[in-house]
Amino acid sequence: MRSIYWKEIHHFFSSLIGYMVVGGFLVLLGLMLWVFPDSNILEGKFASLEGLFDTAPLVFLFLIPAITMRSFSEEQSSGTIELLITKPLKEWEIIVGKFLACQTLILFALLPTGLYYLTIYQLGSPPGNLDSGAIMGSYIGLFLLAACFNAVGIFASTLTKNQIVAFITATFLCFFLHWGFSFVSRIPIFLGNLDNLIETLGIDFHYGSISRGLIDSRDVIYFMSIIVFFLFMTLLRLERRKW
Amino acid sequence: MSVSVSNLTKYYGDQAALKGISFEVQKGEILGFLGPNGAGKTTTMKILTGFLPQSEGFASVNGFDVQKNSLESRRSVGYLPEGNPLYREMYIREYLHFIGSVYQLKNITARVNDVIERTGLGPESKKLIGQLSKGYRQRVGLAQAIIHDPAVLILDEPTSGLDPNQLVGIRQLVKELGREKTIIFSTHIMQEVQAICDRVVIINKGTIIADDPIEELKSRSTGAQVVFIELNNTLDLDVFKKIKGLKKVEMAGNNSYRFYAEPKKDIRADIIAIIAQEKYTLLEMRTEQSSVEEIFQQLTQTSKSDSK
Repeated sequence: MRSIYWKEIHHFFSSLIGYMVVGGFLVLLGLMLWVFPDSNILEGKFASLEGLFDTAPLVFLFLIPAITMRSFSEEQSSGTIELLITKPLKEWEIIVGKFLACQTLILFALLPTGLYYLTIYQLGSPPGNLDSGAIMGSYIGLFLLAACFNAVGIFASTLTKNQIVAFITATFLCFFLHWGFSFVSRIPIFLGNLDNLIETLGIDFHYGSISRGLIDSRDVIYFMSIIVFFLFMTLLRLERRKW
Repeated sequence: MSVSVSNLTKYYGDQAALKGISFEVQKGEILGFLGPNGAGKTTTMKILTGFLPQSEGFASVNGFDVQKNSLESRRSVGYLPEGNPLYREMYIREYLHFIGSVYQLKNITARVNDVIERTGLGPESKKLIGQLSKGYRQRVGLAQAIIHDPAVLILDEPTSGLDPNQLVGIRQLVKELGREKTIIFSTHIMQEVQAICDRVVIINKGTIIADDPIEELKSRSTGAQVVFIELNNTLDLDVFKKIKGLKKVEMAGNNSYRFYAEPKKDIRADIIAIIAQEKYTLLEMRTEQSSVEEIFQQLTQTSKSDSK
């Protein structure tokens, strides 16, 4: 597993992918938070990072599938998947290695936003007047959300040899998982009976709940199950050749 | 026994790709695995390397069942898959280092240097794999297959698509590796088998139709012995009719003829005697032994007509 992990990490940072992802994420968020007027923190009245945590899932929606799209589709189209599988590696080692590598890249993209926290900490009146607990919770929520998108993206990349198809499938699946359920729950026929249940199926609901700074085991379990579910589906896809 | 396959069967859906094949490869043997495209060579190799499970039957590599002891059997095989898939964006050393770490080797750098030297990659070793010529890429494929010093090498068409010089180089390399390792080597080029292998298994439509040492296979030829001659002038064919064991004579061109004798009958002396008698000059004479190629065609075509 370690060898796969390092190979992927190496690939990210020896090509442009890693820098593009980290750079793209930071530039987009930086513009939204500090430059563009509507979402600007400096013009807002509160010392809060809410803007970051509202925007980041949207950026991740496109960025994470872009990271994960090549993970298995490229191996399949170049045939190197056969090389990996015939080595003394277990399939789950290949999957988890790739998953962790992508997650590491996401972590690298998230880390520099700590600067935003420090800035806002200083800008508060008096300095330090902000809800650090909620921000910690939001970071954890964002990281878990990214992990879900990551698992979905890895699964989508096993479905096809074509990276573009993998990207679009992953984006669509992530979109549905994140926002889709809460949209569906607002369809009139569900109102008053199933709407709560349907809403709790979506990532948005749990992300919102963790963002308040309260780390509820139910939310954590929800995120973990989504991750495990999609990684397991990935395993099934890899084993499909045996059927 | 290095590799043992018995009654191996593989279905893709309803289609049977392998219909119960059995063969064994002794330690240190180079086995040529021959067959037309779609005969089941690659399928057999994929089963032996643990990429695909068999539908029925048993296969073991280096004493390990490819199903039950999959990890151990995969550890003792070096595999060059068909088409030699590689990570083109990696450097040669980086790639070999990665493969070495997959096998959890100690002293990876020393092993990498060793295989780079053995496969003759030295002069190119600082390049990206994507920049290499096909011959060198094939060497990288071989290098990754031998990096963990496996007992068995399985090479799926290692020479396809190479130019004649590269071909010779790769064949030489395989032959060298064969001194210490068991090798299964698939190809559809017959000269290659003659050049490298100790034994040949011919497979067609999922069944084995020949499993012989190379020498024996040549003598299996059922066709006629053929003698080709060229003279300085045109000759009337009727003068040869008295040769015993001659089936027919035909013109092969201006002043040249082809004689078809009954199997295992040497008619060369008789032909020369008649030519001398008629006062002609012999410019060239050679026997045209049926090559492994012809035998291969005969065997695969008869079994084709059998199945009709």
